[in-house]
Amino acid sequence: MTDNTIILPVIMHMLIAVVLIFLWNLPRVQKFVSVAGSILVLLVSILMFYRTWTTGILTTQAGNWQAPFGITFVSDVFSSMLVLLASIAGVAVSIFSIVGIRKERLRYGYFPILHFLLMGLNGAFLTGDIFNLYVWFEIIIIASFVLMTLGGRKPQIGGGIKYVTINLFASIIFLTAIGILYGLTGSLNIADLSLKIADVENRGLVNVTAMLFFASFGIKSAIFPLYFWLPASYHTPPSAIAAIFAGLLTKVGIYAMLRVFTLIFVPDDFTRNIIIIIATATLLTGAFGALIKKDLRQIFSYLIISHIGYLIAGIGMFTEVALTGLMFYLFHDIMVKTNLFLISGVIVKIRGTVKLRELGGLYDEYPKLSLLIAIVFFSLVGVPPLSGFWPKISLLYAAFETGSWILIFAIIISSFFTLYIIARIWAEVFWKPAPALDHLPEDRFSRMRFFDKTTMILPLIILALVSVYMGIAAENIMLISKHIAVEMIDTSPYIQAVLGTN
Amino acid sequence: MRTIILKTASNYLLPLLLLFSVFILLRGHYQPGGGFVGGLVASIAFVLHAFANGLKSTQEFLRYHPGIAIPIGLTISLLSGVLPLLSGLPFMKGSWFKDPVPVIGMVGSPLFFDIGVFFVVIGVTLTILFTISETAQE
Amino acid sequence: MELILAILIGLLYSAGIYMMLRRSMVKLLIGLILLGNGANMLIFLLGRITKGKPPVIPEDSAFFTEIYADPIPQALILTAIVISFGLQAFAITLLKQVYKVIDSDDLDDLNTTDDDI
Repeated sequence: MTDNTIILPVIMHMLIAVVLIFLWNLPRVQKFVSVAGSILVLLVSILMFYRTWTTGILTTQAGNWQAPFGITFVSDVFSSMLVLLASIAGVAVSIFSIVGIRKERLRYGYFPILHFLLMGLNGAFLTGDIFNLYVWFEIIIIASFVLMTLGGRKPQIGGGIKYVTINLFASIIFLTAIGILYGLTGSLNIADLSLKIADVENRGLVNVTAMLFFASFGIKSAIFPLYFWLPASYHTPPSAIAAIFAGLLTKVGIYAMLRVFTLIFVPDDFTRNIIIIIATATLLTGAFGALIKKDLRQIFSYLIISHIGYLIAGIGMFTEVALTGLMFYLFHDIMVKTNLFLISGVIVKIRGTVKLRELGGLYDEYPKLSLLIAIVFFSLVGVPPLSGFWPKISLLYAAFETGSWILIFAIIISSFFTLYIIARIWAEVFWKPAPALDHLPEDRFSRMRFFDKTTMILPLIILALVSVYMGIAAENIMLISKHIAVEMIDTSPYIQAVLGTN
Repeated sequence: MRTIILKTASNYLLPLLLLFSVFILLRGHYQPGGGFVGGLVASIAFVLHAFANGLKSTQEFLRYHPGIAIPIGLTISLLSGVLPLLSGLPFMKGSWFKDPVPVIGMVGSPLFFDIGVFFVVIGVTLTILFTISETAQE
Repeated sequence: MELILAILIGLLYSAGIYMMLRRSMVKLLIGLILLGNGANMLIFLLGRITKGKPPVIPEDSAFFTEIYADPIPQALILTAIVISFGLQAFAITLLKQVYKVIDSDDLDDLNTTDDDI
């Protein structure tokens, strides 16, 4: 069905960003424009999700050039759900940034670039054209480069260089793959490609292209063995920025991978086995990395990698149950990972450090805040009935069904390690008495005004509530996930919606 | 690098190049040219001026920071893309006036999109070049 | 023509990757630029080369009267060039900033040792 308003989440972020550039020298006004704008986008995303859910896949053809010749924007349940979650994360991060980002960074244009980043994310989720996807990826990485290195000192710039180099390299691989794909099929529209790729005679080149896409998206979503840039860079920027990176940037890679590998290249048994092995390695290496780190943000960085493994495993198994679990896990992961890094931001405000050894005694001083954080930790670990529990059940069930025992082993080990790591964080940061150290700055959090405190805690509450909702109303999320999984296995509704006839 | 020849020439070249950039911008819809190329030519005009007369005098000549052209251009482009949405057409659908305007030719929303691109390119290019050459002078 | 371009693309990719693996940051940047150019050439080559037939409709006609070059690869390359222009400008300023902070061109000087572990 044609609906011209589905492009609004993209346009609105651009509009907000432009308004914010006009307000360049007024950081105070920028804060309120950014928050108000993000809330508006959230409302539009809710509406869009509702309409997609009730009426089916919505499309619009930019410039009214019909598919497959023009650029198509498609909003199926998958896209609109991710836009919705990105908008929730956007609201949380922009509220958190009111106090969480220092003034010097605001003066270098933090807020406009944050909105360009969100625009890029929404664009990447909504586009139905592979080259347009590349363009949105570039917008995302340019914005993220600037956010990553904005007003940086040595560690941040050091992390930034690695991040910039490896992401540029991934983009070039992506561009190469698009070039070969265009040479093979003469089309760029994803739906059209999924029809035309079957007619290509040179299957070897098709497989090479598929692997190029896999490598490129693999770098972006930090899978084994391409993840080394992530723990080297994600702990360096301010928490609000790291939160949006952790929650959404790696997930865009997964999104693109899912689109390409369900619509264009449907994985055969050999590829699936490779993906499952990679998933196993990602699950285990991420967990091992998190075990040995003693810096809160570095632990969280490795947890991101470990949990990307669940998502890759879902692609590898490629059954309806597996994809359902994957979707649910993706939704859960976006909320929880964003929240984790925001939590690390609050802890930095309180203690001035994220080193486990120097932290302690938070439960004594902030019991309510600690309980809130405990909810997030529990849903990360997957304690029933919170949100992390249900997708793991689906994934385990799917692994059992497909008989990939190594994957079952890896999922269980990785969950167990996550539990252990979270328990250790809880013991070290919250239960252990605060160590007597002289060099630590005093508590900046308790001296803040009530309004400032609210802006730091409110995003945590919003995201935690969404996580709790996902756990308690799991049947709704399961329904959505299942719907998406069915659409991924039988892609004809998508193709039909984009190309109109047949 | 200040030579009297370049300095004298750049005084004449600046208006000529700007005029040429507008020419390229306007013919861009059906012929080679357009907002991007036009914007590059216009920013080359200012860069040449900066080469001949020094960065300071170009900045004084421009009065405003070139970065201000970015949001202005983005606004124009965005509006030309959004306007069709109000009448229920897809984003960026081109709509044209029926009769050509003298000198300019056909006027329509793609022209405004190109004008927006023109300003964004000038703003971005000059901001980049000025920033790099400013830090190089330190 | 195709063969020469294919060899050129291979050269650009290999030279780019070689340069990226150097320790000097300027060489890293040059490597990225070479790789980007290689990718652009690849799109150009794979979009089928048609000599001397620009995809511009002549003024005295309303549509194409003969075979013309596919304009899409050119549009893709232009987009890619614009993007890489922005990225390279950003990378240059970033490297400049790095040079200011660590006062060296060597990537190894950028490593910070983790305190624990």
